[in-house]
Amino acid sequence: MFTFENVYKIMNLGSAVESMPKIRLDKLIKRYGAVQVLHGIDLEMDEDEFTVLVGPSGCGKSTTLRMIAGLESVSDGEIYINDKPVSHLEPKDRGLAMVFQDYALYPHMDVARNISFALRLQKRPKAEIDAKVREVAATVGLSEFLHRKPGALSGGQRQRVAMARALAKDSDIFLFDEPLSNLDAKLRGQMRAELGVMRQNVHKNMIYVTHDQIEAMTLADRIVVMHGGYIQQQGKPEELFKRPANKFVAGFLGSPPMNFLDAELKSDGDQLFAAGDGFKLAVPSELAATLGETAGAVTLGIRPSDLNYDPDAADDVALDLRVTVSEYIGAQSVLMCACGGASVTVELKSETPIALGETLRFAVRPEGIHLFDRKTEKAL
Amino acid sequence: MNSQTFNKLTPYMFMAPAVIIMAIALLYPLGYMVYGSFRDWDPSQSISETEFVGFKNYITLFFDPAFRESLSVTLIFAFTVVIAEMVIGVGLALLLDRNIRGMSVLRTLFILPMMIAPVVVGLMWRYMYHPTVGTFNRTLKSWGFEGVDWLGQHALLSVIIADIWQWTPFIFILALAALQSLPRSALEAARIDGATGWQQIIYIKLPLMMPVLIVTALLRLIDAFKVLEVILVMTEGGPGLSTEIVALRISRTATEFRELGTAAAMSNYLLILLLFFTLAMFAFTRLQEARAARLARQVQEEG
Ligand SMILES: Nc1ncnc2c1ncn2[C@@H]1O[C@H](COP(=O)(O)OP(=O)(O)OP(=O)(O)O)[C@@H](O)[C@H]1O
Ligand SMILES: [Mg+2]
Repeated sequence: MFTFENVYKIMNLGSAVESMPKIRLDKLIKRYGAVQVLHGIDLEMDEDEFTVLVGPSGCGKSTTLRMIAGLESVSDGEIYINDKPVSHLEPKDRGLAMVFQDYALYPHMDVARNISFALRLQKRPKAEIDAKVREVAATVGLSEFLHRKPGALSGGQRQRVAMARALAKDSDIFLFDEPLSNLDAKLRGQMRAELGVMRQNVHKNMIYVTHDQIEAMTLADRIVVMHGGYIQQQGKPEELFKRPANKFVAGFLGSPPMNFLDAELKSDGDQLFAAGDGFKLAVPSELAATLGETAGAVTLGIRPSDLNYDPDAADDVALDLRVTVSEYIGAQSVLMCACGGASVTVELKSETPIALGETLRFAVRPEGIHLFDRKTEKAL
Repeated sequence: MNSQTFNKLTPYMFMAPAVIIMAIALLYPLGYMVYGSFRDWDPSQSISETEFVGFKNYITLFFDPAFRESLSVTLIFAFTVVIAEMVIGVGLALLLDRNIRGMSVLRTLFILPMMIAPVVVGLMWRYMYHPTVGTFNRTLKSWGFEGVDWLGQHALLSVIIADIWQWTPFIFILALAALQSLPRSALEAARIDGATGWQQIIYIKLPLMMPVLIVTALLRLIDAFKVLEVILVMTEGGPGLSTEIVALRISRTATEFRELGTAAAMSNYLLILLLFFTLAMFAFTRLQEARAARLARQVQEEG
């Protein structure tokens, strides 16, 4: 069929057409009685994008997801799917599939009937349903369990049934509410990898809620960090990791978390320094250039991975840290250190000989220096 | 006695008083009744003066058309009320299982009838059914209809209606409790899978409530076989034998006909019937447990 859009595609000018977002949240607000738990969520998700909502417990991730699903009413604002407002629609009319944290399987139906429930409601022909069930069950490795009830499955298998049930529906949009949080660490890692593979093959919009930042970083095309009912920052994982918009995002993403030190900005000749209790670090000129006239009280943020053990480093690019606690975790050890009055976490190869109470010098990578306004906590 | 056997016996010693009281309070009357049912027994005699007649009482009863009539009235009454109460009670529970303001008041109102003493319920309905001054006929007449001879021609139906009024709340609260303990997220999953309200009820809610509903129905059935006061007050079993349920016949056989042996045998027939339903209920719950245990074992073995 002749459309301009096709012409653009053929001419490889696709980017010239502003593609419309698949899902758009417009100033979404949720109140429970007098308590407001979501304060105007604005979010756009493109076609086939894997969006991860991440944040600490109680920040409103599930509420946002459940509002998109239609399981919670919208107090204010609007949800658009394919540019159509949907907040007045029943969940079944929104064309989406969801995987719940507790799997939400139908306990009285066997695996095959769980997977085929939506299709049976649609009164699809039996042969088609059977074929679909077999196909989906094979995808998630459940073929031998088709006639088991959920009560006779392990946690990981139930998780797969939940995933299969969502896949069988052929929806455009998949919602996941902490689907891996009830699994043990090993299984979680394995399922995360499988999800990653599925993500490559299944080109659907996926919205994934988790409080696990590793899941968020590995799976997401776009991470949305939430806190206290507000979106703190959204973007590509490495973007958020490298340029966190505020102290909360900086501290939330990354493990072990970023170290924060109180510091003062001081000019000494041409060079700007961040000086605090027991350190005086040179602020790299690129960063200093963007700061403008701001001077005074700031919070200095440095990730453990940006601190390298280097006894020979110069004074103005290094921190002197006194080791207080050492945690051996295999190839790496995590050291809790004191820097003046503050505590700083660093990572160190386990074979490096150290003693508790010893003071070590760590060089700071220049691009690892983050500065935050002490009051507003915004990145400078 | 060494201390180990003493320790093992301790719990039984603590249980002993309760066991003895139970034995006296439950088993003695029961044994007395079974013993009496094999005797030709007039209330003026003490039981030792009575004559042993073997199974005569049971056999007479078995061929007694009045007893058979009374048994069939009981069966019709019990099954009709239980089916009607289940349908209405579960229906109401499905309707009222939502969080709307004022719902808790409504729920409380619904369970009031159950709390009224049966004799009072009987009296109340007798007055409401009264042919001339009763609420029903007055209302019917004010609308221009003929009055209905409630406790005459339609006596069985009338007592059935009264029983439904009193005992539907029992089913209602149990069904509501079952509904509210259903896994919320499974219902949410069903909504997302495209189930309409009716489909959620038929495919998810009712199947998941079924174990509770079956036990509830059996409990109600056992109770319905023993109903006495309401019918006694409303119709005294009449007119004719039309509402004479077994419990009523037992009491009349003992007091009016002065045949304690036959009354005891009749009680035993009822007891056997109830025992059957109780065992059915017991077997059903055991079956559920066994099934759950088997599933759990299956998971562990793969473990
Ligand atoms: N029915 C409710 N009534 C009142 N407040 C509620 C209700 N449901 C959720 N909340 C509140 O809304 C806030 C957000 O809850 P939500 O479930 O979205 O958190 P979450 O980000 O998913 O957290 P978690 O990681 O623990 O699942 C919480 O503070 C919670 O207390
Ligand atoms: Mg949640």
